[in-house]
Amino acid sequence: MAEAILEIRELSKSYGALRANDSISLSVQPRETHAIIGPNGAGKTTLISQIAGEVSPSAGSILFRGRDVTALPAHRRSALGLARTFQITSVIKSFTAQENVATAAQARAGHSFRFWRPADRADDINGRAKSALDRVGLAARADVPAVSLAHGEHRQLEIAMALASSPSLLLLDEPTAGMGPEESQQIVRLLRELKPELAILLIEHDMDVVFSVADRLTVLVNGRVLASGAPEAIRRDPRVREAYLGEEFAAPP
Amino acid sequence: MSLALLVEQLLNGIQLGMMLFLMAAGLTLVFGVMNFINLAHGSFYMVGAFLAATFTAWTGSFYLAVPLALAGCIVLGALVEIAALRRLYDRDHLDQVLATFSLILFFNELATILWGTEPQYMPIPALLSGSIPLFEGAQYPVYRLAITGAGIAIGLLLYVLVVHSRVGMLIRAGATHRETVQSLGVDIKLLFTVIFGLGVAFAGFAGMVTGPLLAVQVGIGEPMLIVAFVVIVIGGIGSIRGALVGSLLVGLVDTVGRFILPLWLGYRFGPALASMAIYVLMAVVLVWRPQGLFRLARG
Amino acid sequence: MAGHLRPAHWLLAAVLLAVLCVPLLGDVFYTRLATRILILGLIAVSLNLLVGYGGMISFGHAAFVGLGAYTTAILAFHGVASGFLVWPAAIAVSALGALVIGAIALRTGGVYFIMITLAFAQMLYYTSVGLERYGGDDGVRMAARNTFAGVLELGRPSVFFYVVAAIFMAVVFAFSRLVRSRFGRVLRGIKDNERRMQSLGYDTYRYKLAAFVIAGALAGLGGALNANLVQLVSPSMIHWIMSGDLLIMVILGGVGTLFGPVIGAAAFILLEEVLAGYTKHWMIVLGPLMLLVVLFQKGGIHALLFRRGAAHG
Repeated sequence: MAEAILEIRELSKSYGALRANDSISLSVQPRETHAIIGPNGAGKTTLISQIAGEVSPSAGSILFRGRDVTALPAHRRSALGLARTFQITSVIKSFTAQENVATAAQARAGHSFRFWRPADRADDINGRAKSALDRVGLAARADVPAVSLAHGEHRQLEIAMALASSPSLLLLDEPTAGMGPEESQQIVRLLRELKPELAILLIEHDMDVVFSVADRLTVLVNGRVLASGAPEAIRRDPRVREAYLGEEFAAPP
Repeated sequence: MSLALLVEQLLNGIQLGMMLFLMAAGLTLVFGVMNFINLAHGSFYMVGAFLAATFTAWTGSFYLAVPLALAGCIVLGALVEIAALRRLYDRDHLDQVLATFSLILFFNELATILWGTEPQYMPIPALLSGSIPLFEGAQYPVYRLAITGAGIAIGLLLYVLVVHSRVGMLIRAGATHRETVQSLGVDIKLLFTVIFGLGVAFAGFAGMVTGPLLAVQVGIGEPMLIVAFVVIVIGGIGSIRGALVGSLLVGLVDTVGRFILPLWLGYRFGPALASMAIYVLMAVVLVWRPQGLFRLARG
Repeated sequence: MAGHLRPAHWLLAAVLLAVLCVPLLGDVFYTRLATRILILGLIAVSLNLLVGYGGMISFGHAAFVGLGAYTTAILAFHGVASGFLVWPAAIAVSALGALVIGAIALRTGGVYFIMITLAFAQMLYYTSVGLERYGGDDGVRMAARNTFAGVLELGRPSVFFYVVAAIFMAVVFAFSRLVRSRFGRVLRGIKDNERRMQSLGYDTYRYKLAAFVIAGALAGLGGALNANLVQLVSPSMIHWIMSGDLLIMVILGGVGTLFGPVIGAAAFILLEEVLAGYTKHWMIVLGPLMLLVVLFQKGGIHALLFRRGAAHG
C-alpha cells in the first residue's frame, strides 16, 4: 500500500477559548479525491489554512509526502508540491489570466532573481501557462485582465494557477462556490479528468459535486471529525444524518 | 554620579514618558480603530503649544489659556477632519501618508506666517514654579511633577473610559472587529470623530504643558510624532496598554541614556549613541516581536 | 519598452531632447537646474521601485540618499576624491544600510513599515547631526567634485550635466528591463496580492528585501551625485521632510509608471522655483495643492498625459 501523500495527526487549533480544530486526524492517498464536508463554522477553512501553512497549529502534526511540514511556511510547502485555491477568489487582479498562470509556473522554474530578460518571453513558462488555461477552458480569455473576468472564470483561473505549479496535492476551498449548475458541472468534469493525475482534498457544500468526484469523505462538525469513509457509508451513517438534520442528504444523485 | 542626579533623570524620563503617552494613545487609537495613519498628529501638538503661549500672553493666566487652547485645538481638529481627513478613511495608506504629510507642510508654513520663526516664550505658572526637595538636598521642579501627574491622571481617565464605558467598549471592539461594530448599527462616523477628537485633545494638551519647558516654535511636533511612532511600534498598534508601557520604556531609555551613555562611553561616541538608543530598542523589539509587545489579535 | 508609440511618447522624447540641449543655452543656472532635476528624478525612480511596483511605502528613503552623500563627502574630507572609488563606495554603503534596515523593517507591513522606515531615517538624521567631526548640523563641504583620472572634468557644469544625464538614462533603461523581468513580475505580484504569491511558492520577504536593497543602492548613487552637485552635505538631506518630498514626487508624477517619478521630480522642482519667486511662504500653496492631487488626481501627471484613468489602488 502506497504511503499517504498527506497525513494529519491530532491537528488542533485554538483561538483563546475557541477550538476551531480539535484533534483532527485524516490521511489522503496519492491520486485519491477526498472531500471534507460539514456545516458552516465546523472549522473546514481553518483546517485548509493549517494544511496550506498560513496558520500554525496549536497541536498536532502535518506530514506531506512523508515529511513533517508542520513548521514549514506556506511558500515552502508550495514548492514541495502542495497547491491551493482560495474560497474567496484571490488572483492577481492587475495581471491578465495568462500572466497569473505564468506567475504560478514561474515559481517552479528556479529562482526569480533574474533582473534583465523579459518574463513574458520565457517559452517554457508560457507553454505551461497556456496548457493549464486550456485544461480549465480559459484559453480564449488568456489576455483578459483578471479583474475583468466573470466569477466562474475566476474559479477556473484559480485552478489553472494551481495546476501550473505541477502539484501532487491540490487543496480546493469550495471550488464551485457562487456558481450555477452548468458551471459547477464544468468544474466537476475537470476534477474527474484530474483524478488519475494527482491527489485532491476539497471542501465542498454542494453534495452533487461531492458525490460525483469524491473517493472518500470526512465529516467535520464543531471542529472535530465526526465520521470518515466511503461516500455511501457516510450517507447512511445515522450520526451524520443527525448532525445535518437530513438537509444536505435530500436525494441520491 | 550621585543618586540624586540619577533619580532626577528617572523622574524626567517618566515625565517624558507621560507626554509621549498622550501623543501615542491618540495615535494608536486612530491607527487601531480607524486603520488611518495620520502624520499631522504632530501638528496639533505644535498648535496646542502656540495657542497656549498666545492665550497666556493675552490673558496673563496659564490656567485660562489651557482650556482656551484645548478648545482651539479641538475646533481645528474638527475642521480638518471634516474638510480633508474624512475622505481618506477608505483610501490606501499611501494616500493617507501623503495627504497628512501635505497638511504638516501647510500647518508649519501657516504657523510661520502667524508667529514667525522665533520661539515663543511661555512662562511657568507662578503657583507651579519652584522646586521641592527630594533628598540629599537635591531639588526637583514642581512643574515637571505637576505635568507628570496630569499625564497620569489623563491616563487613568482614559483607562476608565476604555474599560468601563460604552464608548470605550465600542473603541475596543472597533479595533479588532470593525465590521461587527458597524453591523450593530453604531454610527461609525461619529465614533471616528470622537476618537480623532480625543487624539487631537491629548496631543494639544501635551504640547501646551510642555511649552514652558521647551521652545515653542514651528516644527516641534514632528520629532515628538516620530518618537510616538517608535512607542507604538514597540507597544503594538491599537493597544493602549502597549502605548503606556512603550512610552515609559522609551521615555526612560532616552532620558537616562542621554545622561549615562556619555559617562560610560566618553563624549566622542556617547552622545551619538545616546540619540540612537531608542531606535536600537525599537529594532530589538521588532526582531523579537514584529507586531509589538502587546499585539492585538484581529478577529 | 512596449510596442506602439503614442503622441505622448513623442512628447516625452521631445522633452528629453530639449533637456539634453539645456547646457547649450550657456546659462549655468539652467544647467544646474536641469542637473538637479535629473538627479532627483533618478532618486524618485528608485523610490518608485518600492512604492509603485512593490507596494512598500518607505518614508525613510532620504536616509539612503544621505548615506551615499555622506560617504562621498567624508571620503573627500579624507582626501579620497577619485570617482572610480567613491561612487561605488557610496552605492555599497547605501546598499548595506538598506540591507540592515530592510531586514528589520520588512518583517512587518502596512502602517508598521511606514513608521519604522521613518524612525530609522530619523535615527540616521540624529546620527549625522552628532557627527561633530563632519560639521554636525552645518554639514561638510566638498572642495571639489570627484575626479575621474583626468578624463572627466566634473567641475565644468555642462560636463557634469552630461555625465549625470548618461547615468540617468542608463538607470532608467535598466529599470525598464527590471520591471519586465521575472523579478519585476514577482514584485508586481507581491504588490497586488502578497498572500497569493506566498501560496504560489514565493518567499516574498526575500524579494521585497532585494528590491529594498536595489532601491537603496540607487538612492545612494543619487546621493553621491547630489553631493557633487551642491558640494555641501548636511543632515538636512536626511530630514524626514526630504523623504516626504520624494514620496510626493512619485505620486505627483504617477505611481507605478516608468517616467512618472521623473515627471514628478521635474514638476516639484519647477513648481518650487516658480512659487519661491513669488513668496517665501510658497509652501502654503504647495501643501494644499498636494492634498488636492492626492484626493482627486490619483494617477498623477502621467495619467493626465497618457489619458488612462486614475490607477486602481
